[in-house]
Amino acid sequence: MSLAIPDRGWYKAPAGAEKLWIGLALLWCFVMSVMMPFWHFRGKQNSRGEAYAVKPADFLARAEKQVAANKVGELNGFPIVEPAPGGDAYLVARMWAWYPTLKLRQGETYRLHLSSLDLQHGFSLQPLNMNFQVLPGYDHVLTITPTSKGEFTIVCNEFCGIGHDKMIGKILVE
Amino acid sequence: MSSASATLPAPAAPDALPAHMRRCDTTGMSICLAAERFIKLNAVAAVVFLLLGGIAAILLALTRWQAVHLLRVDWFYRILTFHGLNMLIFWILFFEVAVLYFACTIPLKARLFSKKVAWVSFGMMLTGAVMVNTVILQGKADVLLTSYLPLLAHPAFYLGIILVAVGTLVGVFNFFATLYTAKRDRTYEGSVPLVTFGATAAAIIAVVTLLHGAIVMIPTFTYSMGWTPQPDPMWYRMIWWGLGHQSQQVNVCAMVAIWYLIANLSTGAKPVNETVCRGAFVLYILFINLASAHHLLVDPGVGSAWKIWNTSYAMYLAVLASMIHGFTVPASVELAMREKGYVKGLFGWVMSAPWRNPAFAGFVLSVLIFGFIGGITGVTLGTQQINIIAHNTLRITGHFHATVVGGTTLAFMALTFYVIPLIFRRDFIWRTAARVQPWLFGGGILLVSLGMSFAGSLGVPRRDHDIEAAGIYGPATHLFLGVMGVGAIIAVIGLLLFVVLCVGTILFGQKNAGRPMADWGTAQPMIGSREGSLADDHWATKGTVALTGVFLACFAVYYFANWKALADVWPVR
Repeated sequence: MSLAIPDRGWYKAPAGAEKLWIGLALLWCFVMSVMMPFWHFRGKQNSRGEAYAVKPADFLARAEKQVAANKVGELNGFPIVEPAPGGDAYLVARMWAWYPTLKLRQGETYRLHLSSLDLQHGFSLQPLNMNFQVLPGYDHVLTITPTSKGEFTIVCNEFCGIGHDKMIGKILVE
Repeated sequence: MSSASATLPAPAAPDALPAHMRRCDTTGMSICLAAERFIKLNAVAAVVFLLLGGIAAILLALTRWQAVHLLRVDWFYRILTFHGLNMLIFWILFFEVAVLYFACTIPLKARLFSKKVAWVSFGMMLTGAVMVNTVILQGKADVLLTSYLPLLAHPAFYLGIILVAVGTLVGVFNFFATLYTAKRDRTYEGSVPLVTFGATAAAIIAVVTLLHGAIVMIPTFTYSMGWTPQPDPMWYRMIWWGLGHQSQQVNVCAMVAIWYLIANLSTGAKPVNETVCRGAFVLYILFINLASAHHLLVDPGVGSAWKIWNTSYAMYLAVLASMIHGFTVPASVELAMREKGYVKGLFGWVMSAPWRNPAFAGFVLSVLIFGFIGGITGVTLGTQQINIIAHNTLRITGHFHATVVGGTTLAFMALTFYVIPLIFRRDFIWRTAARVQPWLFGGGILLVSLGMSFAGSLGVPRRDHDIEAAGIYGPATHLFLGVMGVGAIIAVIGLLLFVVLCVGTILFGQKNAGRPMADWGTAQPMIGSREGSLADDHWATKGTVALTGVFLACFAVYYFANWKALADVWPVR
């Protein structure tokens, strides 16, 4: 009984159906373990956590420089910036906006830099449902290749105060 | 072994008991009166916090259900903070301390090490919990459960959490000290029972967990007082989740121990193989510790190797442990039922199980919801790359409402149907309602979990007051949020019913001192059956083999479907 002292000699190897199940479960755990390194080398979606220390003011300065050099228009009062294909794209997270609006080209690869000026934020790209964490002091670099065209919405999915749900940004892909 | 209480240890010869003990009229076990008092105190406090958290739950669900959208934005985040702390920390920890005091005394015929220490533990935990709740409701700590830096709450918030954590540690110390004195005084011979073993595993993990809590909360408290600089937000996340996720592994351990306990009380089940069950608990202790990594899989500053290693510890051996319990628990019930003569077909033992017993029904639902929903989603979401399409969406919330609520909370509720008659010595009032309670609560939480998971798959963020601002969520999303809302109403009705039943019974239930508790329904042996008759038949549990086969198939389908979904999003590295 689970509540009683077990008989002496309770130590015995599993047998029969129990042994079979342990074997199957172990095999399944092995398959799942191998999937992650496999996808790391062969899959196309990985989160490597590439990041560099950055002061919020410095990160904002880089983003402003990009806006000055690559601005191509405006959307809802936010500048639209078209970074060079293959180059860096800066996206600032702050209470409560994503700055600026980025315009990317389908099939090109960008180094997307994410960082926060204040609290933690969550970069959630919809409707793709791709999600990454954004922290102050960390320049989080995603090497990303848009493969579909259209207007994509960035939702903040890390709680960042009273205006959290209004923190919406855009990425346009042509 | 043939009457209703037959599945419990037969009453021993009525040799004289020391003054600090009494004999249980149902089970014949000796009960340490000091342990009994603190089991009562901690369990009552736990249920009070469950009620507070439950009231918060319905307010939140009716806000996220966009068609209702009840709370204002500031109160939504305030109540969300309140809900998280009361449910995930206070209800669970107080109940776990009660379980620990039970497991170290009654099954071992032992005496609680110290009443003073137990008072100190209870006092610290209660003071801390009241402090935290007060400061939250005053609006000085709208930082949610995780209180991620640089968000900052009033210092009393952190101090309260530290008090609760240290108070729990003091209680855990009392547990270990009791184990030590019981061994020293030879109150029992041989190995401890499985339930005590499982509780010990929970206690060991609790120590590691609460130390993480102290490491992260103390510098955050001193920062909030202005004494020290701000800790790094990434460091905070890593250590905080050493508290936040690991504390849920304490729940898993306690819950599994309770599964074995209820299986035993209601059907007379005993482990098919003690070595396997205990080995699985040891796997928890060894391999579960850095589950904190599951929250950092799309974070900056931690690399792929770190993420993959800490997600799986190379071989997912903690997952293996849960899968083993997922087999051994139903197998033990099946074997007990078959030995009682319920041998018809694959599932005759299921049909004849004591479903009228609310503890049994709650336990079975707990196993199913925890395994099929909580376990499968948890391992999948915790896969390094798949986390990209799940992190911080409602999928995460859907997962842990299946584990912590459908699993742990339901198991704790189920056990209460024995705790009150045996420890408070009053038989339940309104027994028909009690039989319905697990189905209401379990069914409701199942809908909550599914609604959240599907809404999350459509990109709905967790912890968000109003998703309409984004302007991108369509009718399917709102349907699933509605499912969540309806489920929450049902679950909260189940929760309120549970509280009414408990409080009503403690106040007005018929006293059962001097006689066995009123039986909820226990599996009865058929004529001609013999306990132990299948002890050497290692293939007797065919129904369990079929059930676990279905489980593994569901797991594999869900797991690979998620890889497919991941492969469809933009390439990123």
